[in-house]
Amino acid sequence: MVAPSVKARSPGTAERGFGTTLRVDRWILEPAAIGLVFTGFIIYSLISSLIWLPAFGVPYEAEGYLSPFFSPLIAPGLLPAWFSPAILVLWIPLGFRATCYYYRKAYYRAFFFDPPACAVGEPSIHRGYAMETRFPFILQNLHRFFLYLAFIPLAFLWLDAIVSLRHEDQTRLGLGSIVLVANAVLLSGYSLSCHSLRHLVGGRLDCFSCSRRTRTRHSMWRWLTGFNEKHARWAWASLFSVVLGDAYVRLLAIGAIGDLHISF
Amino acid sequence: MEETLLWVFRGSDRDSGRYFEYRVPVEEGMVVLDALHWIQANVAADLAVRWNCKAAKCGSCSAEVNGRPSLLCKTRLSDFPAGEAITIEPMRTFPLVRDLVTDVSWNYRVNARIAPFSPPAEAPEEAWRWQQEDIERVQEFRRCIECFLCQDVCHVLRNHETEHEFAGPRYLVRVAALEMHPMDQGDRLAYLRTDAGAGYCNITKCCTEVCPEHIKITDNAIIPLKERVADRYYDPLQVAWRKLRRRPDAGQAPPPTGQRE
Repeated sequence: MVAPSVKARSPGTAERGFGTTLRVDRWILEPAAIGLVFTGFIIYSLISSLIWLPAFGVPYEAEGYLSPFFSPLIAPGLLPAWFSPAILVLWIPLGFRATCYYYRKAYYRAFFFDPPACAVGEPSIHRGYAMETRFPFILQNLHRFFLYLAFIPLAFLWLDAIVSLRHEDQTRLGLGSIVLVANAVLLSGYSLSCHSLRHLVGGRLDCFSCSRRTRTRHSMWRWLTGFNEKHARWAWASLFSVVLGDAYVRLLAIGAIGDLHISF
Repeated sequence: MEETLLWVFRGSDRDSGRYFEYRVPVEEGMVVLDALHWIQANVAADLAVRWNCKAAKCGSCSAEVNGRPSLLCKTRLSDFPAGEAITIEPMRTFPLVRDLVTDVSWNYRVNARIAPFSPPAEAPEEAWRWQQEDIERVQEFRRCIECFLCQDVCHVLRNHETEHEFAGPRYLVRVAALEMHPMDQGDRLAYLRTDAGAGYCNITKCCTEVCPEHIKITDNAIIPLKERVADRYYDPLQVAWRKLRRRPDAGQAPPPTGQRE
């Protein structure tokens, strides 16, 4: 029982046209969901960090809690009213995430459709494909420098979380502190799971057993590899925790919510 | 007996090829390759399909099942919803020979350009010693069965007719296995940056998703290689540090025995 059916496309060539594939699963859902969440995060972070204070007068700190977008708070009194102090800080975590190996996978798929999903056709077939061999994407190789810089705001986020435990000469265990500590923990996990850190600590060695120093680096490399295997989870969790931390402080500041806490 | 519907690509020409429809009786545990063998035995003896071990170890029966690069001998019919047709076609990235067989010889030409394992000339092989922790990274890469599914799904090879050739994930894995080997003294970083085109990889991880040996191609091979290329060519601090210490490529070449302090 043999019957000619549909005309074949051409093996040995690409799927011509965006979304062309024989996959029967809902491959579109992942890039669509990631694209929506990323777009929402970008819009929220830009509005929150750059516009809310000058436009609406909503402060970025309340009851001893500082929004993570503004930490460390740099010279707010010396800046003009229209200039958000977040500008001085936010480029570091944004650069760290923009050059992150996990986020690159996610946004190359969601925003550039390069490819939209595995074995799915791209919008165009082009011989001039250069990706990370030419400007601007060759700058992705600077990821390690954003990693180095990212430890500075991370240290301040830990400091903010610890300082928030002391308020108006009392020790306070508040929901805000829990949110800020959780954010610092998740951002630490995200930073420690970084591929560049894993490489710099031990991945660049060829011989792990050659000296006491390389054996120590191997132990650290193995430990970081455990984090690295869950890099995507750390990336998502910390993305949401930053937004949650900022939203919590903003809502406190406008009086929409109160801070649940125990003081002693 | 329960039947399943298969649409199988047939033809040796891009334009005249067609999907042919076959109804195949299903037995418990059948894989797609079993169904193709039934077609060969009962309906179309001239159906071309490459296979060998039927144990997911030889890497011969690579094709695309419902649009996903897969080993035909490892893909069970029971993985698909009953009553729905299963589409089987040859790997799209490589030139078609006939039916489900493609010409993968391009891969071997790429392989031939990689500098081979380069142990120290002054150390006899019987004197080589290393520890398990030194070699376990490489052992993961040695699991590769050269099925070329990673090459097939890689969008750089599949969707971009690039002006400069990209070696593809399979050969970045091979380079990683050599570069990370404790006894190897070769230097392939210039090759990686230029001829192999490591920068073309935008780490979308499709190669890792399809690897039947579950090698973490992107995380354990490609990204570490990209980082090594960054060490050499894109990190001004390391370039300056190497110049200061007058060690052009410190940290890469092990001493002859692999047992030095």
